Amino acid sequence: MTANRVSYTLDSSLQSVNLAEETAQLIAAKAGFDEDNCMRISMAVREAAVNAVLHGNAYDPRKRVTVAFENTGQALVITVSDEGKGLDISTVPDPTTPENLLKQSGRGIFLMRSFMDEVRIRLLEPGTEVTMVKNVSGPAAHNKEASK
Amino acid sequence: MSMKSSTRQVDGVTIVDLSGRITLGEGSVLLRDVVRDLVTKGQRKILLNLGDVTYIDSSGIGELVSAFTTVRNQGGELKLLNLTKKVHDLLQITKLYTVFDVKDDEATAVAAFK
Repeated sequence: MTANRVSYTLDSSLQSVNLAEETAQLIAAKAGFDEDNCMRISMAVREAAVNAVLHGNAYDPRKRVTVAFENTGQALVITVSDEGKGLDISTVPDPTTPENLLKQSGRGIFLMRSFMDEVRIRLLEPGTEVTMVKNVSGPAAHNKEASK
Repeated sequence: MSMKSSTRQVDGVTIVDLSGRITLGEGSVLLRDVVRDLVTKGQRKILLNLGDVTYIDSSGIGELVSAFTTVRNQGGELKLLNLTKKVHDLLQITKLYTVFDVKDDEATAVAAFK
């Protein structure tokens, strides 16, 4: 992996969600992640994009979603931000507890955390920024360890 | 690929064969409409065949949960058939695998309805 960064500014639409997912799949594959991890990364990005479009910007055509991918060499760092009212993470319940298990929604952030090595959420003014990190654990990482 | 569905009857059980993606938007809406239509028509034994479902997101999982509770609240049963590894893993991660009655053989699944 060599360090580089690419950023997309997208409409608040379902097409943008699909585009973010497809782009994540391509970038993850190019970064050398295996098929399972490419699926996990693209799904985490899809969930973040859904939250940005649906819950953040509420499909508002005046508001944009920004998706950025950075390949640091050690990890793929993905940032998804919106221009909505902002997400208070303390209000998001654990979807796996018995009282929440049969709720229809509320699993997006849980899946992001399940599939990525690190997920950080911070409030913008306005909006929410989700940063997700997937570490390289393949040959590149092993080579780095070996060279220390 | 968007989602497609078709239904058939086997020994009093309605089998819904689903294929494609169950995701926010078209796929999850189609699943919702299919299940609600079956329940409205009085079907109470529904088997969702997910063997050709290639992808499912949190909205799709939510629709499966909603379908399950909709049928159960009407006194019926909804079971899942032929999960792909991806869908199986998702249900495990979300702790829903034990909520659903999951089968991997159609005849066994049909026979399991009361």
